[in-house]
Parts: sequence; structure tokens; C-alpha cells
Amino acid sequence: MRWLLLILMLLAPAARADESVVAGMSQNRVSITANFDGSEILIFGAVKRFQPIPDEVAPLEVVITVAGPSVPVTVWRKERVAGIWVNTDAVEVDRAPSFYAVATSGPFYEVMSNVEDLRHKVSLTRAIRSVGAPATVADASQFTAALMRIRERSDLYQLHEGTVEVREETLFRTSVGLPANLHEGNYTTRIFLTRGGTVVDAFETVIYVQKVGLERWLYVLAQEQALIYGLLSIALAIAAGWLASAVFRYLRS
Amino acid sequence: MQIYLPIAEVSVNAFLLLGLGGIVGLLSGMFGVGGGFLLTPLLFFTGIPPAVAVATGANQIVASSFSGLLAHLKRKTVDMRMGCVLLAGGLVGSAAGVQVFAYLRTLGQVDLLVTLFYVVFLGIIGALMFVESLNALLKTRSGKLPKRKKHNWVHNLPFKMKFRTSGLYISVIPPLLVGLLVGVLAAIMGVGGGFIMVPAMIYLLGMPTKVVVGTSLFQIIFVSGATTLMHATTNYSVDMLLALVLIVGGVIGAQIGTRIAVYLRGEQLRILLALLVLAVCIKLALDLLLEPSELYSIAPVREG
Repeated sequence: MRWLLLILMLLAPAARADESVVAGMSQNRVSITANFDGSEILIFGAVKRFQPIPDEVAPLEVVITVAGPSVPVTVWRKERVAGIWVNTDAVEVDRAPSFYAVATSGPFYEVMSNVEDLRHKVSLTRAIRSVGAPATVADASQFTAALMRIRERSDLYQLHEGTVEVREETLFRTSVGLPANLHEGNYTTRIFLTRGGTVVDAFETVIYVQKVGLERWLYVLAQEQALIYGLLSIALAIAAGWLASAVFRYLRS
Repeated sequence: MQIYLPIAEVSVNAFLLLGLGGIVGLLSGMFGVGGGFLLTPLLFFTGIPPAVAVATGANQIVASSFSGLLAHLKRKTVDMRMGCVLLAGGLVGSAAGVQVFAYLRTLGQVDLLVTLFYVVFLGIIGALMFVESLNALLKTRSGKLPKRKKHNWVHNLPFKMKFRTSGLYISVIPPLLVGLLVGVLAAIMGVGGGFIMVPAMIYLLGMPTKVVVGTSLFQIIFVSGATTLMHATTNYSVDMLLALVLIVGGVIGAQIGTRIAVYLRGEQLRILLALLVLAVCIKLALDLLLEPSELYSIAPVREG
């Protein structure tokens, strides 16, 4: 009997971690059509648990990230050479998501500790990886900072602190706005439940972003049948030129 | 109304693009320049990637030039013979220019070089044209007729050929060289080359201004057509949807432009073109000289 009590006592702290995410999204497929103008995605969910919430624990927090496909980029810096501004130094960033949004239920470093951020690569600084800085560049961090600044300005990198609404430590919801200048690919969506800065549970799903219809057809043709595509472009231009000329002649007569 | 461009992968306002196409088409019809030197930088400002802007610009020029050419053909202001001679030089020149471009690319800094090319050429041509046409304008005001048929070294070369539409009997060597030079520059700078060709035809070959525009358009169609095809097959950077919107604006503009050109005198037309060329030159020069607000820029990593 005493042994049983001891086992129960040992199990008690583990019960705190016995919480898991059940999540959903308003859409897991974004279609890019000719009049695509950005898209708002609603991400919502609930916390599944079998024990009641213990009294003395830190409140439940939620961190949600949406990351676009990663492509390596080169960041150039201009310098004045003989009176004119020239690209002089370059740093290659091996992994930079084409889109990255972070939404949290509170100030970032209060809801997620530095250690957990490092482990899961949640914050933007951790999501970008750069190892290709040449020896001639002393301040490589300036380049990644510039990358973040430029993409933040065009809404491609977003940090929304306190926009995840958490109710009764059980239900949560937020919305992430995808901008109009979106690239095709699989957008990884991650949801972290944290207590006191420690990750309790994580959940990962994918949003498929794809061109459809005319957009898809043109893109595929341009990639796979480049010569036909090129000839078609010229034919289209000639036809349009002739048509306009004919229309104007008709209008004048 | 926003439209999403499949190759450029950006969303842009359709009316803005229509307007841009219209302005460039207007210039094309009025001056016989393709307008690439203006369209390409304007497309950068709307957020379209440079590679796509250059390639698609070439495609648009085909359409507006063709529309303009038809109008000129109807008024019989195209010197076909001269056009073919220029074209022969132009195709050789652009093939050579592509090789030069590829070589410069391996050295890096190709963007800077292209901008410098623009500043130097636009500056020289704009200034020369401005001074010359201002003089001509002042002379006609004071009642004196300008001497047209001047004899210079151009008229003393062998292989003479009769260009009836232009009223010229000159050697084929100068037009071939002009075509060659324009072809090289067109490939390096990614434009039709009309802004170089038009002054060269007027001042070097002594062709009448009315014939120059149509003949230049004739040559530009082929040069920019070849450029479009090269970009489509090597860089996959021609955006057909973007081109279509620009074309719709452009062809309308070109038709209006050719009508306006009929009512303006040659000198007036030239002085307007000179001012425009100088304005673009100054803008590009300032970009090089003034400290940019953002020192950093992002470029995709090129494979290979």
C-alpha cells in the first residue's frame, strides 16, 4: 500500500505533461489563382488532458509558427568605391524561409525559454541559418539582420506577440495572414504548448500552397517547354500588335 | 485589381501595369524607340524581379513595335532595304553581345556594368541630341533652312547602295556597323536599342527623321524577338501574363503615339526624346552616386 502511494506520488508530476494538442485550420490548401490577393488562415485547437489542471503550475501558453519553403539566398552589401555605390561583400544564407510567421499568446521570451527556442528553432533568428560567411566579412550577423529587416518590411516575416487567444487553458485560436507575393510550396505549421517556458507538447501539419488553373499551366509550360513557351510569347505579342493596329484602323474609318 | 504573376511570383496592381505599358507604348509610337530603357527600371520599382523585368520587357517591345510598324508601313515611312542591312549587322552583334554578357557574368558585378553602360550612353546621346535639335529649332525659327545633304567621310566608302525611301546613295558599311553596335549593346543592356539607333541613323547616316522611326521599329522587332526567345529558353524568366497586360496597355499607347508624331515637327520630336533620355540618365546616375537607404539587397543563389 505504501509502495503504491509512492508510485502515485512519482507519477503526479508527469501528469502535468500529459497534455496534448488537437488542432485544425480553416484551410490546409491555398490556391494561387490569377487574382490571388493574399489569404487569411485561421488556426485553432484544443488541449486534450485526462487530469484536471494542477493548481500550482504556470499558465498554459501557445506558440504557433508558419514557415514557407526554405531557399538559399545571397545577401549583398553596397559600399562606396571611387564615388559610386557598388555591391562589395556578400554572405550566403543557407537556409532562409521564404515566409515565416510567429504568433504567441504572450511576450515571446516569457512563453518560450531560450533553451527550448534553440532546440525547436522557433524564433526567426533561429529559423535562419547562415554558415557560408567568407573570412573577409567580419560582421556576418549584420547580413542576416538585413535579410530579416527587408523581409519584415514586405510582410514576409511576421512576429505577432499576444495574438493567440487562449481560453480556459483549453481552447486557442489565431489567424495568420499570408501576403499576396507568396511562393509555391509546402508551408509547415507548428503548434507548441508551453508552461513556464518549457514545451509540453508540439504538433506539426502542412499547408499546401499551389498555383492552379492558368497560373499553373503557364508555369509548367515555361519550365518544361521553354522553346514553345518563348515562341508562344512572341506570337502573342505579334498578334496583339496586329490586332491593336486593325482595331484602330477600323475606329478611324 | 491585383493580379498574381505566375513566373515573377508577385502580385501587382493590374491598372498600374496597364498604365506603364501605355506610357511606354506612347513613346514607342512617337519616337520609334522600343522604350525598354524606361520600362525595365519602372518594372523594378513595382517589385518585379530584375531578371523577369528584363525578359518580359523584351517581349512587350515586340508587340508595341509591331503595332507601331504597321502604322508606319501604311504611311510608307519604312525603309525596308535599310532595315534589312541594319538587321544583318544587328543579329551578328547581338549574338556577340550575348557571349560578352555571359563572360561578364562570370566576373560578377554585371548589374553595375549595365547601369554604367546606361548612364554613359544615355548621357552622351541625350546631350548630343538636345544640343543639335535645339540648334535646328532655333535656325528654323530665324527663317534659315538647315543644310541637309552634308558630305562627310560616310559618303566616301565603297559598296554603295541605293536606299530610295531614305533618298540616300551610300555605302552599306556604316549601316552594317551601326546595326552591329546596336546589337551588341541591346544584348548587354537588355533593350531594343532604338535610343541608340535613332540618333545614329539621323546623324551618322543622314536619314530623314520621318523614315528613321519606322525603320528602327522594323529592326527592333527582330532584335527583341530574339532576346525574348533567348531569355525564355535559358533563364525561364519571361512572364506571359505580365507581358500580356503590358502589351494591352502598350499597343493602345503606340497607336496614339504614332498619331501624335504626325503633328509634331522632326526637331520638336527630337528635343522631347533628348530630354527624356537625359532624365533617365540623371536618375540612374543619382542611384549610383547617392547613398542608398538600404545598403543590403537579397538575391537568389545562382546554381552552378
